[in-house]
Amino acid sequence: MTPAQLYALVGIGLFFVGLYALGVRRHLLPRILALNIMGSGVFVVLVALARRSSEVDPVPHAMVITGIVVAVSATALALRLMLRVAHATGSAQLTDTGDD
Amino acid sequence: MSIVSPLVQPVLLIALPLVGSIMAFLLSSRRATVGVAVVAGNLGLVGGLIGRLCATGPWQHSVGGWGAPLGIDLYLDGLSATMLAMTALVSLGISAYSAAYFSATAARHFWPLWLLLLAAMNALFLSRDLFNLYVTLELVGIAAVALTAMRGQRDALVAAMRYLLTTLLGSMSYLLGVALLYHSVGSVDMVLIGETPVPPPVAAAAFALMAVGLLLKTALFPFHFWLPGAHSSASAPVSAALSALVVKVGFYILLRLWIEVFPALADEIAGLLGFLGGVAVLWGSLQAILQQRAKMLVAYSTVAQLGYFFLALPLVAAGGSRVWGAIVLLVLAHALAKAAMFMAAGNLLAFAGHDRIRDLDRVVQRMPLTAAALGLAGVSIMGLPPSGGFSGKWLLLQASLEQGNWPIALVLLLGGVLAAVYVFKLLEHIFTSGTPTGEPRAVARTMEWAPLMLAIGAIALGFLTTTVLDLLAVGEPFVPGRRDDY
Repeated sequence: MTPAQLYALVGIGLFFVGLYALGVRRHLLPRILALNIMGSGVFVVLVALARRSSEVDPVPHAMVITGIVVAVSATALALRLMLRVAHATGSAQLTDTGDD
Repeated sequence: MSIVSPLVQPVLLIALPLVGSIMAFLLSSRRATVGVAVVAGNLGLVGGLIGRLCATGPWQHSVGGWGAPLGIDLYLDGLSATMLAMTALVSLGISAYSAAYFSATAARHFWPLWLLLLAAMNALFLSRDLFNLYVTLELVGIAAVALTAMRGQRDALVAAMRYLLTTLLGSMSYLLGVALLYHSVGSVDMVLIGETPVPPPVAAAAFALMAVGLLLKTALFPFHFWLPGAHSSASAPVSAALSALVVKVGFYILLRLWIEVFPALADEIAGLLGFLGGVAVLWGSLQAILQQRAKMLVAYSTVAQLGYFFLALPLVAAGGSRVWGAIVLLVLAHALAKAAMFMAAGNLLAFAGHDRIRDLDRVVQRMPLTAAALGLAGVSIMGLPPSGGFSGKWLLLQASLEQGNWPIALVLLLGGVLAAVYVFKLLEHIFTSGTPTGEPRAVARTMEWAPLMLAIGAIALGFLTTTVLDLLAVGEPFVPGRRDDY
């Protein structure tokens, strides 16, 4: 196994660790962090797989930088929204509102 | 590359709403004027682009002259033009409505986000590489979530949060699929990936990840759990935008992937998606019938109507571009009719102060235009002639009968009957119920006209079917790999 493949596997591992946490945690903060971990996992995969041959392809690196910008904005929105939800409902969890 | 006339540039479709969004953010008044002007300008630009498309055929534009892979290429063909036109028309209706709907305080939040959403959707429909699609998809999602949360009430905030987590999960899944494909192909260009042999396990894993991500965003049963809450708790123009436009975005990308990137794999899961689509039609309609609140009813109707797009997928393998045309017709008809319905439901809510269907006032005398809008939009949703909804469903019914696919024909007919039940449940109370429960409030004229115009558009689509199908066929978007011909 080449180091690049190892990194890619680690990235996929991170993705699924995040997915698991997103599924089992109820509090919004760990769930938002879980999405960030999934994102980091995807970025690791992108950077690792950029090494397709002996030369390193710069395009995935540019993608990861764009992806980080997107992730930061999304996280900022998510954190702010979490605070508003906590303020409005008294709990930072998504209670089942039902379909009344 | 053809000579570009200076006024009709695809990049303006992104720049204009983006600049408008910043202006609406900075201005201290007249936000609505700027917003409506920008959206009207957007419609004009789309008209110009379609004129040019019909004259010269599809074309590609490298932004700033950089070109792929590091630059961004914009691409326009009949399919993207149709989606852009749908977005521009519905946006204008929603904007006219919003200009009267929002208070000055709410307008400060609405217009910047709304124009940003428009810029993001335009950019998405013009993108043809998987990574740009990811970025624009995220922009659409973030703007849509912020718009949902804008109302600030408890139910809207909770629904927005659930929507945000879902849409981010969908994006992550999609992006991991893109990463896997990039490793095999070394490009994110759709056509190039479609033409390059990818090891089957990688292709299957990538397609599964991307498809699940997009289905989450398109809210196909059983991934629809976030939709009714978000679409019903947002303010009326936002609900209209979410149901009419935003959910179509994920489906559009899926459609492009289906045709360009994974035609062989896609045919294998067509049966599964068709089945889920059928369940969505029936289950969504039943839920709509059971709802007690008008906006929830309309939101569940969206779950059902989205189902039709997927229900038709098993017909594609044998029916080809004709079935795609029918699906896109349904997408257009639903966009017009559903935007009209949500805005009309917003009028009922604004008028009566609540949207409990049972207690709805007899509004037909006092808001005849709203009642007409609901009725006409309902005709298209039910799939009665003449309407866009009818044309789309009729073409699908023909294809399913020709192919002897009885289950699909049955769901098409049954779905229409169930839609009639929930549409009439809503209409019945508007026309007959009596006792008003509070002092009704007047609704602005434009808020009545905007949904009516869109509903008339949904009906008119039934007469313009051939025109739309002709436009759709420019550049043969339903034939894989046709991009080399521009």
